[in-house]
Amino acid sequence: MSALLHVSNISKRFGGFVALDGIELEVQPGERLGLIGPNGSGKSTLVNCISGTLQNEDGQVHFDGAPMNGLAAHERTHRGLARTFQLPRPFHSLSLADNIRVPMLYTVHKRSGPLHADTVDARCVELLRLVGLDSKARQMPRDLTQVEMRKLELARAVAAEPKLLIADESMAGLSHSEIEDILVLLIQLNERGITIILIEHIMSAVMKFSQRLAVLVSGKKIADGKPEDVVRNPEVVRAYLGQ
Amino acid sequence: MDISLLINAIVAGLLLGGFYAAVTAGISISFGMLDIVNIAHPAFIILGSYIAYFAASSLGADPILVSLLAAPLFYGLGAVIYQIYYVSFERRGQESLRGLAFFFGLLFVTEVTLILTFGVDYRYVEAVYIGPSLHLGDIDFPLRMVVPCVAALVMFGALQLFVTHTFTGRAIMAVSQDQLALQLMAADPIRIKRIAFGLSIATASLAGALLIIIQPVEPSVGREYIGRVFAICVLGGLGSLPGSLVAAMLLGVMESLTSTFYGPSWSPAVSFGFLLLTLAFRPSGLFGR
Amino acid sequence: MNTLKFSIVSIVVGAAVYFCGRLIGIGYVFFAGYTILQFIALSSAWNILGGYCGYVNFGSAAFFALGAYTTVFFYKFHPLPIPLLIMIAAVVSGIVGFGMGYLTLRLRGAFFAIATLAMAVVLQTLVVNWDYVGGSRGAYIVRTETVEIAGFSIEYIQYLFLLMMAVAIIAIVISRAIGRTQLGFGFATIRDDELAAEASGVPTLRLKLIATTISGALMGMAGAPFPYYIGYLQPASAFALDYGVNSIAMPIIGGTTSWVGPLVGAILLGSLQQLATVTISSAVNLLIVGLLLVFFVVVAPNGLVGLVQEHVRAWRKK
Repeated sequence: MSALLHVSNISKRFGGFVALDGIELEVQPGERLGLIGPNGSGKSTLVNCISGTLQNEDGQVHFDGAPMNGLAAHERTHRGLARTFQLPRPFHSLSLADNIRVPMLYTVHKRSGPLHADTVDARCVELLRLVGLDSKARQMPRDLTQVEMRKLELARAVAAEPKLLIADESMAGLSHSEIEDILVLLIQLNERGITIILIEHIMSAVMKFSQRLAVLVSGKKIADGKPEDVVRNPEVVRAYLGQ
Repeated sequence: MDISLLINAIVAGLLLGGFYAAVTAGISISFGMLDIVNIAHPAFIILGSYIAYFAASSLGADPILVSLLAAPLFYGLGAVIYQIYYVSFERRGQESLRGLAFFFGLLFVTEVTLILTFGVDYRYVEAVYIGPSLHLGDIDFPLRMVVPCVAALVMFGALQLFVTHTFTGRAIMAVSQDQLALQLMAADPIRIKRIAFGLSIATASLAGALLIIIQPVEPSVGREYIGRVFAICVLGGLGSLPGSLVAAMLLGVMESLTSTFYGPSWSPAVSFGFLLLTLAFRPSGLFGR
Repeated sequence: MNTLKFSIVSIVVGAAVYFCGRLIGIGYVFFAGYTILQFIALSSAWNILGGYCGYVNFGSAAFFALGAYTTVFFYKFHPLPIPLLIMIAAVVSGIVGFGMGYLTLRLRGAFFAIATLAMAVVLQTLVVNWDYVGGSRGAYIVRTETVEIAGFSIEYIQYLFLLMMAVAIIAIVISRAIGRTQLGFGFATIRDDELAAEASGVPTLRLKLIATTISGALMGMAGAPFPYYIGYLQPASAFALDYGVNSIAMPIIGGTTSWVGPLVGAILLGSLQQLATVTISSAVNLLIVGLLLVFFVVVAPNGLVGLVQEHVRAWRKK
């Protein structure tokens, strides 16, 4: 079975600073991959290179069998690759429902043809209900709490009907029960068939969620395997977990 | 081609470039490091020119001296402007459209106020070093270019030392890269940015005095400099002071050569054209960030 | 109200304004009115890129001047009727708008703004050095006393007024239509958060190019009749920075999020400036514009339309 995502030997430099150094990563369809590492290790840069927000200098990103180098972020989204942002980036002047509408109009329409306006409306409400925000469909993002904004962020990414979802620190700063909510949501989405890469610092959530775990330190991948094995890896403990 | 003409043009360009570096220093700080698009900066430079002119013509004082005395006032002005900018835009995350419009408005208000106060005639200053030239064989070194170039390099050197060797200076460099890290260092990023912006406007005071030594000034002269300073800043790599010095010299020489061999009416296009090309093909400049 | 109905209503309103002008009987009304209509067109055009997409264009004067100099070029080469010139100017400015966009739109908003300013200066330098269209000496345009339309003979200035009315109506209709379609929706996502828009599948570069092309074309259309209006065209007057500052100030003061703001801003600010020019001086008039711009951008970021909307919302809650 060929990998859904294959990151082969990509590097990214900012001036003299090497953010990513020869990263190799594979994600299988339907998998739940966790990605951990200290701050500044390059996790977000990796997400940006995969999603197309940044272009990698060396190496190649293959998604769903096709090479991604040079493709703009919106084209990658059209092909089924969605991501959330570490700090939620809602569309401030649009209501929640309209926020969800954007990927539908620009991605789903592109992929499977225009939908009837009522269908779009119905799907917007359904997605908001999935994250528990349907009562606030007409409100503006500025009226939301932190956790609600992260849920909106996830809902918007899911609205693009992705094959692969990269969730970038969706749980930072949340309470225990809020973390549970997001975790349940992500596992639900995975059961619907969406492959998920979870980037997180909260180890309890990462362990519960991941079928496989990869560790990034200073731009290099130092471990990749079963979660219980990775967390016992002495190099991982030294570089990250021991802190 | 007349070799001595070429060499003179290059020398003039280098001297001019030194001056351009001083003019750009303020933008290197406000735009390169703080990410604030202060397109009103050239207007503050012209303000500095007029203050130097006023003091020189009514009190007979040396323009450079006047500008150094006026620098703290400019610093204060900068701090106030930053505070308004921060409260109105940065805090709300709406810097782009509104911040730009804000500075554009300031540019206008400053320029028109100068027109209403001083009129549109060209003004110039007299000083003992304006007029005479040094000579080295066939090459002329007009003092009215040399003195500003030297003063500019001194100011530039002082700034570079400040950002590399003092705590505040290094904090300013840090705030451009990682505001969070700065907060963890228990420094207040807003205060640091205010100091930096005040400093950038203070440089305008000196740059203004140097400008009016090099050429006669009238209120709309500032507009020619908008393109130059941003071109130099971008070409030199945002926030890199040494980078902008090199870029300034480069631009000075190019403008001087164009002016000598093709005529001065083409020189505004040189800097702006440079800017467009840099932005189109290498937005991170020569020294890239 | 759909676009067709709105267009018809606008034409009716425009015609009514024209006939009121004739009733008042003072020629100056049409001179001042022309200027205001020109600003309506420029502000609406600017707002498509600036207000809807959030990309500030400091070079509006360049597109305006491009339209004016297209007219001068044809005047020297082979005079054409003004309506045709307006359409040619639209094409020329549209192409330049597209080209400028292509070169600069991959940059962040701030760089784009500076690049537009750079472009304006480069264009001005080219025109100043191009003797065929008069260069820095300027160009004279001779116009007739009256014009024949459909059997009626009207004064030339009234003819220009009607033409500019047409351009203003086109600008408003287009800007309103965009605001009501998916294109406008896409523009809003770019303005709110371009990275998130890209990640959601919005083809941001393509949309921005559409915006710069339409915006540039409309501004060029506004500039095409200008040489006939003014009689003697110099680069300094065509590229005058007050077109630049006004096309930014009017939408910001009026309100940038819809087509109404630029209209309101242009009428109010344009009239204010006419008043100031006539009573005080034209330099003071620019000072007023600058001060108002700074004031509104700091205090009332959503402009007059925004203030009215807030009051209505507060009143409705009672």
